[in-house]
Formats: sequence, structure tokens, C-alpha cells
Amino acid sequence: MINQFILSLISGIFIGGVAGYLGSLMLTKRMALVGDALGHVALPGMGLALLFGLDVSFGAFLFLLFGIFLIWLFEIKTSLPMEALVGIVFVASLAIGFLIVPEPELLEALFGDISKVSFEMTLISVIFSILIFLMITRIYPKMILANISEDLAKSEGIKIKKENFIYLLSIAAIVALGVKIVGSLLVGALVIIPAATARNLSKNLKEYSLGSAVLGILSCLFGSLLFKITGLPAGPLIILFSTLFFLISLIFKR
Amino acid sequence: MEEKIVLKVENLDVKLEGEEILKDLSFEVREGEVLTILGPNGAGKTILLKTLLGILPYKGKIEWKPGIKIGYVPQRLPFIKEIPMSVKEFFDLKNVSEKESEDILKSIGLGKDILEKKIGDLSSGQFQRILVGWALAKNPQVLLFDEPMTGIDIGGQESVYQLLEKLRKEKNLTILLVTHDLSIIYKLATNCLCLNKKVLCHGTPKELTTERLSQLYGGKIKFYEHKHD
Repeated sequence: MINQFILSLISGIFIGGVAGYLGSLMLTKRMALVGDALGHVALPGMGLALLFGLDVSFGAFLFLLFGIFLIWLFEIKTSLPMEALVGIVFVASLAIGFLIVPEPELLEALFGDISKVSFEMTLISVIFSILIFLMITRIYPKMILANISEDLAKSEGIKIKKENFIYLLSIAAIVALGVKIVGSLLVGALVIIPAATARNLSKNLKEYSLGSAVLGILSCLFGSLLFKITGLPAGPLIILFSTLFFLISLIFKR
Repeated sequence: MEEKIVLKVENLDVKLEGEEILKDLSFEVREGEVLTILGPNGAGKTILLKTLLGILPYKGKIEWKPGIKIGYVPQRLPFIKEIPMSVKEFFDLKNVSEKESEDILKSIGLGKDILEKKIGDLSSGQFQRILVGWALAKNPQVLLFDEPMTGIDIGGQESVYQLLEKLRKEKNLTILLVTHDLSIIYKLATNCLCLNKKVLCHGTPKELTTERLSQLYGGKIKFYEHKHD
């Protein structure tokens, strides 16, 4: 029997690292708050998963796909800006989620709980994290070029719609994994703070993208360790470490 | 297609979101030509370049010489400076080899040491040269430039034009250049195309009379040709 804490730590490190890495792409796309919104969209799915005794990430992922589909559908139907539509979908989800999630598990759903991940779920988290990482690495340069200029990317023959689809799918997957670690309220921070910190510190893309991943890993590592020592919930501790790194980065900003 | 013609446009119509942007454009571009496209704001100059690049839907005919490679320098890249990226990494996005980027840097008059610099730290003139260099990677035969001098000081502009002229001679490039800057037309252009939804004139810079210009810009502009000897 592998130590429960080691399993939590492994899950956290893999998910945190990939979340940070993907966040570096989201920040260049000026989509810093999308992770936040999607975290809320995941909540009803987490509630249903808890009711039926399934893994929260599974329920979260299904609802994220549904939420993204709704936003896409609304965008076709109206001329409202994307952020308004995201706003509507995410508060509605929050309301539904609050009603669905069983009361004893509400705190866990909102702030995460890494203390009881199983061996199987750890294995699944690691495999999915690696898959998502590989997927992001493949689209990374194309997305960066598209973020600089869609015209330039198109003129290089990049299929922006296809890359965007893979990108959105990656976000949904990493948010679904992330809610297990830090909960639906904090998952946006797991994605975006390491990237913000890395941007302060890096002078090129390599430092920036790898730095984001490393900072995501370090936050999860230190947060989990402090959880082990103090018994305080790990989710908020992880995010606070992430924030601490950000504050330190302000001193060394380039 | 006639051998020296690199681009043939016939009856080109472009509509975006129901609005007619370009109507019934027909013109040809020959090898080695520097064609400046001029016209007031909203005349459809940028749209024309993008359509020629094949990134916007259109009706009519756009026929490039088969197998031709096109380099494109867009009007503005407002977000690039927000992304921490070195010049080398910018070239990497286009899979430019190290050898080729060094050759390009030489031809745009920049040293090798700039490769490690952050894009956000470059001066506007250096950045403009890098954009030209980026467009030149993979050896295109045609360059499309959209307002290449926006935001560059006069001294910098002068040297970018000299650079364009030098590159055109060295690499036998055909250049399509969108600009507001009338002085460029006399210095660099072999031909010009006046555009305001449709083609108002197409000819050599000499044929670009004050009358034609006031027709194009709505009578508010006066332009006197400067003689440089």
C-alpha cells in the first residue's frame, strides 16, 4: 500500500505543472479569467459525480464540454460579447451546482480535497496530465503565432479553428483535473498565477513556459507539504504559495 | 499566364459581414514591380492584401504565378510585446534554421547578438527590420507590406525604405506595399494603384497627378513632388 500522502503529492505535482504550462498560453491569449469561469461551470458536474459516487473530475469534464458547447451556441445566436456569455453560463452553473452538490461535500467541491485520491485516480491523473502536456506542446508555437497575429498565422497556413479546438479541449481537461486538487473556486488561480509570475521573471518563451510549469509544481509541492504539517486544507494553501511566488517575482521583475 | 506576370486579379469582389469592401478590382503585377497601394482610411487596402494572401473569402479571380512564395508583414502587432519572447524564438515559430536567420539578419543590417534579445526590448526601427526579416524567411519571391512605417520615426523610416530597395535589387523581389505616405511612391514605387472600394487609377507614379489624388482623397490633399538630386 502506497502512502496516501505520496499519491496526493504525485497527483498535485503533475496536474499543477501542466496547469501552469497551459496557463502560460492562456495569459498570452488574454484569457486569464477563463479558467476561473470554467471552474464554476464544472461545479454541477462535480455535484452529480459525488451523488453517483463517481470521480469529480469525470463529472466536471462532461459539464465543461457542455458549458463550452453552450457558450459556443449562444455566440452563434446572439451578438453579445464572449465574456458576457461566459458570465451567464458560469453563474448559472454556480447556482445549479450549489443546489446539486450534497451539503457535506460542498466545501470539498469548492476548495478541493487531495487527501483521499486513490491509486487508480492518481494513475489516471498522471496519464492525462502527460497527454495534455504533449497536446499543448504540439500546438504551443502555432497558438503563440496566432496570439501575435491571426493573419500572420493564417498566412503561414495554420488552421486556427482546429488549433483552438484542441486548446479549448486541453483547458477543459486541465480544469477537470484541477478541481480535484484546489476545487472549483480556486482552479482559475492554479492555471493563471504561475504564468503571471513566470512572465515577470522571464526574458524568453522557453523560460516563460517552463517557468510556469515549474512554479505550478512548486506551489502544489509546498502547499501539500504544509497541508501535511498543519492539517489545513491543501487547496487554499497551494494557491497561497502560488500567490507568494507572484509577490516575490514583483521584486525581481525584469 | 504570361511569363513575367506574378499576379493577376480579375473582377475581385470582397464582402465582409454583408458590407461591400472591394468591388470589381482588376489589375496585374509583374515580376520585380514595386506596387504601392494607396487610398484613404477604410478604402480596403488592408483587406485587399489579406484577400491576396488567401485568408479572406472573395468572389472573382486571384491568380498567383504557380508555386510562388509570399512573405507578409502585417500592419500592427499590438500584442507581441506582451509575450516574453526572444528574436530567435520568433524566427523559430516559422522554423527558420540558425544559418538562415543569421543570413537574414545580415541582409537587414542587424547583428547576430540581437537573436537573444527580447522582442519587447527592441526599438521600433529594430522591430520593423525583424518583421521584414521574418517575412523574408524561406525566400519568398513576393513581399506584401501593410503600412510598414506606422509608428517609426522619420530616420527609421528612411532606412527601412533603403533596406526595401536594397532587398528588392538583391533578391529580385516583387513588392506590394500599402501606404499613406505619398513621398514613398516617388522614391520606391514602379507602379501605384489608387483604391477606394474600386480601382480609381493604376499606373506609374508619374501619372499620379494632383487631380487624381484629390479625387482619391476627397479634395483635401495637396502634394508637391520633391526633387532629390
